Amino acid sequence: MTKLAYLKESPSQTAGPYVHIGCTPNVIGNDGIYPQDLGAAMITGPAKGEQITFAGRIFDGTGTVLRDAMVEIWQADAQGIYNSPAETRGAADPNFTGFGRQAVDMESGAFTFETLKPGRVPFPDGRLQAPHINIWIVARGINLGLNTRAYFSDEETANADDPVLARIEHKHRIQTLIAQKERNTYTLDIYLQGERETVFFDI
Amino acid sequence: MTQHDGAYFPRDRNWHPKLLTPDYKTSVLRSPQKPLISFGNSLSETTGPVFGHNDLGELDSDLIQNYARSGESALGERIIVHGRVLDESGRPVPQVLIEVWQANAGGRYRHKKDGYLAPLDPNFGGCGRALSDDNGYYAFRTIKPGPYPWPNGVNDWRPAHIHFSLFGSGFAQRLITQMYFEGDPHIALCPIVNTIKDPQAIDMLTAKLDMNNTIPMNARAYRFDLVLRGRRSTLFENRLEGN
Repeated sequence: MTKLAYLKESPSQTAGPYVHIGCTPNVIGNDGIYPQDLGAAMITGPAKGEQITFAGRIFDGTGTVLRDAMVEIWQADAQGIYNSPAETRGAADPNFTGFGRQAVDMESGAFTFETLKPGRVPFPDGRLQAPHINIWIVARGINLGLNTRAYFSDEETANADDPVLARIEHKHRIQTLIAQKERNTYTLDIYLQGERETVFFDI
Repeated sequence: MTQHDGAYFPRDRNWHPKLLTPDYKTSVLRSPQKPLISFGNSLSETTGPVFGHNDLGELDSDLIQNYARSGESALGERIIVHGRVLDESGRPVPQVLIEVWQANAGGRYRHKKDGYLAPLDPNFGGCGRALSDDNGYYAFRTIKPGPYPWPNGVNDWRPAHIHFSLFGSGFAQRLITQMYFEGDPHIALCPIVNTIKDPQAIDMLTAKLDMNNTIPMNARAYRFDLVLRGRRSTLFENRLEGN
């Protein structure tokens, strides 16, 4: 029997400890190749909406902070529109890219994005998702990039109706995705293993 | 024309390396242990950042020159790495931002955490990027990286490799992988390569010497095609029953 003529996706390999060389060269002093690291600035002009800081750290199974990870975030603008050709509902705020990339701090392990609080984006069935930030994590020891999301602690009503959070059977685990608000900063620490293991998604 | 704008084909997580692969020791404490939660793609997954030529500089795809002092160039075997980016349906994926990074010809990275005794090359940064064209085609010029030892087992060496990072059109296609070189005996020995179980999958990451595209008296070519996740057509989606 002839097989269907689909190709297989290129298999993933770890980003390794030197991901900075290719993705954030200016952070490690390899400057002069790119004027600015990709995803370093998400707000590029007078963007509409609430400016926030999204911060956190990533911990391994012993509770040790990762100092060599790279975090990428992707989110809608304040109106809930993605700045992407694949967005079907109109034009996003031209002063907001929606894409951020950071190497975590090589001492503290912290990531800190200056961004906007995103608006709500519909699910395919028309229900509105709660405001969220899509997160992708790669590092040495991570064989395939990890997808997770950050939701917002001051969006309790929207979170309660969110169709993705509703997929989580063990309700106490939803807390692992809720970034906690303190003034203008939302903080989400991410745990790769253990009792507080973050919910990761197969998207 | 059929619109391929539905959900992405699910990832085959038996084809990709598992998250927990004890022979690659660092994965043991960095691999989530609870099941991943799956859900159908929304716009959060099918949209993604897309980059253009304005984001790139003239020498970005030329690693032999993009860190070199005026009149000099990087040391090592001159090579061209080229190929196409396709999706799982075999369609070319245009405008893919491909970022690469690698060690120099001696196997040393330009990175403060790399203490390998092989010397840095003052003319080599080890970083480059390119955009695929309308046919999904891309090319880099660089030098062949050297193998190097790494602390895992007492005597583990990485095969010569180039790291690849790709942005497709949706965030769900985001991928980082590594390219190896045909004929390298370290491929079969490497615990990181061997996180992948299927020999055909490893072969997909192994670039082939391409004498047809080798430039005589100048640089050998290696062919390396990449495949990103495909998307369903929406022919039968978003239609209410009875309509």
